[in-house]
Amino acid sequence: MNSPSSAEPLLQLQDVSVAYRTASGAAVPVVRGVNLQLAPGEILGLAGESGSGKTQLLLSIIGLNGQHAQLTGSVRYRGQELLGRPIAELNRVRGARIATVFQDPATALNPYLPIGRQLSEVLRFHGGVPGRLARERACELLEAVQVADPHRRLQQYPHELSGGMRQRVVIAMALMASPEILLADEPTTALDVTVQSQILRLLLQLRERHGIAMVLVSHDMGVIAGLADRVAVMYAGRIVEQAGIDALFEQPQHPYSEALQRCVPSLAGPLPQRLPSIPGAPPDPAALAPGCAFAPRCAYRLALCEQRLPELREAGPGHWKACHYDQPLGRLRGELT
Amino acid sequence: MSAVQPELLRVTGLSVSYRLHEAGRRAALLHAVRDVSFELAGGQTLGIVGESGSGKSSIARALLRLVPASSGQACFDGQDLLQLRGAPLQRMRRSLQLIFQDPLASLDPRMSAEETVSEPLRVFEPALSAAERSARARVMLEAVGLSERYLPRLPHELSGGQAQRIAIARALILRPRLLFCDEPLSSLDVSIKSQIGNLLMQLQAQLGLSMVFISHDLAAVRFACSRVLVLYLGRVMELADRDALFSAARHPYTRALLQSAPLPDPRLARRRPAGTLGGEIPSPLAPPSGCVFRTRCAHAIDRCAAQIPALRRVGGSLVACHRAEEIAPY
Repeated sequence: MNSPSSAEPLLQLQDVSVAYRTASGAAVPVVRGVNLQLAPGEILGLAGESGSGKTQLLLSIIGLNGQHAQLTGSVRYRGQELLGRPIAELNRVRGARIATVFQDPATALNPYLPIGRQLSEVLRFHGGVPGRLARERACELLEAVQVADPHRRLQQYPHELSGGMRQRVVIAMALMASPEILLADEPTTALDVTVQSQILRLLLQLRERHGIAMVLVSHDMGVIAGLADRVAVMYAGRIVEQAGIDALFEQPQHPYSEALQRCVPSLAGPLPQRLPSIPGAPPDPAALAPGCAFAPRCAYRLALCEQRLPELREAGPGHWKACHYDQPLGRLRGELT
Repeated sequence: MSAVQPELLRVTGLSVSYRLHEAGRRAALLHAVRDVSFELAGGQTLGIVGESGSGKSSIARALLRLVPASSGQACFDGQDLLQLRGAPLQRMRRSLQLIFQDPLASLDPRMSAEETVSEPLRVFEPALSAAERSARARVMLEAVGLSERYLPRLPHELSGGQAQRIAIARALILRPRLLFCDEPLSSLDVSIKSQIGNLLMQLQAQLGLSMVFISHDLAAVRFACSRVLVLYLGRVMELADRDALFSAARHPYTRALLQSAPLPDPRLARRRPAGTLGGEIPSPLAPPSGCVFRTRCAHAIDRCAAQIPALRRVGGSLVACHRAEEIAPY
């Protein structure tokens, strides 16, 4: 199956699945048959709640899911297969062509090493750049991510920096080897709203100036709306809807995407007596029923939904959904509690 | 909102400071909360917002007597909460309860839901039999939307939303009059967040509870609170009724917070001017002179460095800003 983008993909995921072997020998699927493409310079948002598989999908791109994970399918970067490559070869791509920014900047940095050493290490590892040049580059990048007084910062340890400053350092570190793709896993979730909006603006600038493509994982539809060009909404390990950012927010086609948006309380407009919510809880990946995983919580559920898994299909130009219900959504809004 | 009931809590000039000891240095005094005053009417919810380090949780902890206040009064039910000692303090504690951000961290991992929920009864109603305690726990569990099959569960057998329901049941089983909620929704997933938010509102109406709702999430505060206090580096920047604050914020910091909040609407997000707030909250060990917000404020003038702005009435709000009248409401 083809995914929506028409430009030549930088990254192409085909039928990617991730399962974890448990002590009892059973394999628990956490990502199930995902197809995705990322175009050069594009920001793709992966939205969904905890346990939907978005982080596992992100990690599968660079094979960081851990030793108990079974990965199948295909992950191609510029046509080159990454999945199943030996670690030594993957390490030439990781951090160099595809870099990662994790959620918690406090744990992403080594507490025992000064910032400068951690930044220049990236270049020493990828391409044996001499220390002095690497430090110059580190200084430039700290400036680019708006860290004041970069020379002094290079001498400092992570504990001497605030959370927002640490996340800027982590972003600078990810940019050291001039990657083409940035994988960002909840990059602002651990930060205050004011610092969050600064970091989101910084990420947008990086795309404008350097054309870096990004895969942005976030549970926060506000963060996705502010940054992404295109969104894939995940539920129980599958993509349930994929569309351009405006289409997804204005005309969501999957009941889960619609409900996710309606759950977010608003800063303006009429104030509801009760917040819309989604009844129930996400399913246990070890005990998935045969049909649509969202069916038990869905206001639009049909008899068919509990029997057959809906395939991801094109519902409009560039707009994909995995749902049997074909009427326009919104009609049943009042019934969502 | 229901009709305004008589005042339940009046806090006047509350300050909280912590003494920091660092090896090789002289002890430093960190002023976490400075001269904070507010009132809370019965059945009302007061929201406290501000960035990390603004002193939100310290206010709650001082009023609950979990940390000492360095000065101030907190008149609750005709008594000063901050002066109570011994048995009267112990009796007062049942009227004041607290729920935390992370329910899985705030529940004892070795206590079943039933033990957790009924434990306050052991302390405050020792005359009850085990059967009576168990019956009360069942009723409370049902009130928070959990069936009795959850009674034997340990925290690790619960989802985040279920664990927060248990924490709420534990806090409410003594029928407190004032509930402090410290980021009660922040660690929960979107769909669960609104379930718990609705539950809190419903229980508040049923039980006539008053609440102090601490959150960095302005949209959640708008939904849950009738009055909002905006805190920065331990000082009140703005105090206003919900509608006044969200339709006409007066203080530059409140405006910056509103402009920074993520908007779940891509077209609005693109149209919105970039937030004006640069930099980060300064260290509370070395707060700026005059107005503590001035180092990040786009409107700061010389006077702001020289003089601490008093909290005064501007429009429908109480605002601590020298230039509140000159700045158009947001």
